Amino acid sequence: MYKTPCSRLSGLVGASVKQKLVQNVLRCNQTARGLIQLHRRDPSDRPTYQHLSFLKRQYVAKNNSELLQRAVPKHVPVLTIVDERDDSVEMRVERIPTIDPVVTGPAPQSEAVARTTQPEVGPAAAAQKDVASRSTAAISHETPHIQVESDEAREARLDRQWKQLKVNVADLPDIYARLAKIKLTALVVTTAAAGYAMAPVPFDPLIFFVATLGTGLASCCANSINQYFEVPFDSNMNRTKNRPLVRGQISPLHAVSFALACGVPGVALLTLAVNPLTGFLGALNIVLYTCCYTPLKRLSITNTWVGAVVGAIPPIMGWTAAAGCLEPGALLLGGFLYSWQFPHFNALSWNLREDYSRGGYRMMSVTHPGMCRRVALRHSLALGGLAALAPALGVTTWTFPVVSLPINLYISLLAFRFYRQGDRGSARKLFFCSLWHLPMLLLLALTCKKPRADQAADAAPPPAAASPLALQS
Amino acid sequence: MSARCLTRRSLRPVALLAPPRPHTASAVIGRFCSSAQTQRVKAAKRSTFRPAAGSTHDWIGPPNPLSNLRPIVYHVAEDESELEGRLRRLRQETEDWNHNFWTQQNITFTKEKDAFIISHLKAEGLTVRDEQGRRRSLGCEDMATFYKSFLDTNRTRHVNYNKEWYRRNFTITLLMARVALSDMWRTVTRKKNSASTSS
Repeated sequence: MYKTPCSRLSGLVGASVKQKLVQNVLRCNQTARGLIQLHRRDPSDRPTYQHLSFLKRQYVAKNNSELLQRAVPKHVPVLTIVDERDDSVEMRVERIPTIDPVVTGPAPQSEAVARTTQPEVGPAAAAQKDVASRSTAAISHETPHIQVESDEAREARLDRQWKQLKVNVADLPDIYARLAKIKLTALVVTTAAAGYAMAPVPFDPLIFFVATLGTGLASCCANSINQYFEVPFDSNMNRTKNRPLVRGQISPLHAVSFALACGVPGVALLTLAVNPLTGFLGALNIVLYTCCYTPLKRLSITNTWVGAVVGAIPPIMGWTAAAGCLEPGALLLGGFLYSWQFPHFNALSWNLREDYSRGGYRMMSVTHPGMCRRVALRHSLALGGLAALAPALGVTTWTFPVVSLPINLYISLLAFRFYRQGDRGSARKLFFCSLWHLPMLLLLALTCKKPRADQAADAAPPPAAASPLALQS
Repeated sequence: MSARCLTRRSLRPVALLAPPRPHTASAVIGRFCSSAQTQRVKAAKRSTFRPAAGSTHDWIGPPNPLSNLRPIVYHVAEDESELEGRLRRLRQETEDWNHNFWTQQNITFTKEKDAFIISHLKAEGLTVRDEQGRRRSLGCEDMATFYKSFLDTNRTRHVNYNKEWYRRNFTITLLMARVALSDMWRTVTRKKNSASTSS
């Protein structure tokens, strides 16, 4: 049992200090209960940082695996030492309530001290004893709720968390979805579909479907291989520690087989059913992502630029699937994705700097924070510039730069704020803005797409030439 | 108990109420400062879980508090082939190597970070805890200096770890593939033999 240094003090001084401690305990108890019942709004229960960090812990604990649910017991007075690492939820989860020793420690001692001091100073000690006994009564009433976990209980709890390394077939769809990073794949497929739709060719539903399916399969393959490579790094980062391979839900061989089962048919589908150029781009993207981007993350900050290229290729694939060749319009769409990647990723990585540093990832936000913010701002402004370029290349009408100006201005504003302030709040705002900015931009481009009649009028030979052809056929 | 308290207090004067059973790396550092003791800590932190006798699968446990990696207890089959034995030993060895690396990494990181914060605060003439008794934290830009220097000083270590990890990962996966294929072959030949003997 942890003994406070004050317990060794004897006499009146010790007794009064003990009383103060006991009062502190009472206050802490109240504060703890205030944490749990946040509708109580006494001045002593005003929300402090501890409240907020407790809330965050509760919120995160509720949304994560059962491993973390244990960390939110109802009656334990939780007063964590404030941790500047906001993201280190697991560290906080493991932290034992520090209030325990103070609660359980002094309670019996206060009685002992009060009893010993009683012969020395009658009334004062009697008063203290009253306080002590009252508090002891209060504490002993509380003690059943306070869980001081013994070593055996902790061992038993940890033992229960061991799981068999057996594949649960019912879980497989969910496991595969997480392995393939299904949300990211969905975004990639959306950009490829947008690329297809923006191409100045008649819309062929079958090729469209095959192209998006092939792109999706290629993306699943790349994501799975990425997770396969990064198991120990993912275990150490809070954002990624619930991935299937980290949790051992499937074996590495299983993950690689799944990746091959997605990648090979995906690329084959693109090459054979669509066209070889698209298939080549798909294969190139897989190689770039798994063999360039993933290792580079730990070697140099150029990984972000490689990652931006990886993100830019899917719309180019969509365009080439439709048009059959690389055109400036395809490169423009790729340019949109390339530029968008920087505000998106730089803002995301800004709040993960500690995890990246500890995990050994070399990101701009960690090693060159000034450059990180500059690049994010630069590329947010570039998005507006690229939007202005779209009519010049014949991809959209002139309305597109006008209509997309508000959202481009908004993201540039947020990027500027991020550049100036460089704090967590502005980074988070920029990141969330980038999440809706891209779909919005692509949608606007689609609505402002240059009609094919105009394109035919621009590029085609004069109508007189068409009539002899019509007469002949 | 009191001696341990004193040691803890002298090593970590900033922790007013240190938890009696430290789970975090930082608390462990406070408890054991010498490297020999760190080794003991590392060894002591490995789980002693043993699955039930009739189990035929490997078991995976909760993340280790120091290395954040999940330990695996490997099942040894009676008719384990040479290939399977090799695979199991390689996986166990890789797991231990990984655990050591990440424990070292996390402990070093936390130690250096605390030292950086304390030295920075001292340079500014501030106490480690403010008036409310909460730990002071440094701003983003200040911490960024530390994160960058941590990455730079450990660059070679990280690069070597990377190379070694990729190599081991590939070898383990290839071995797993070979084991799976040989298992399939064994099942097929056994079925063929039993079919031929029964007919």
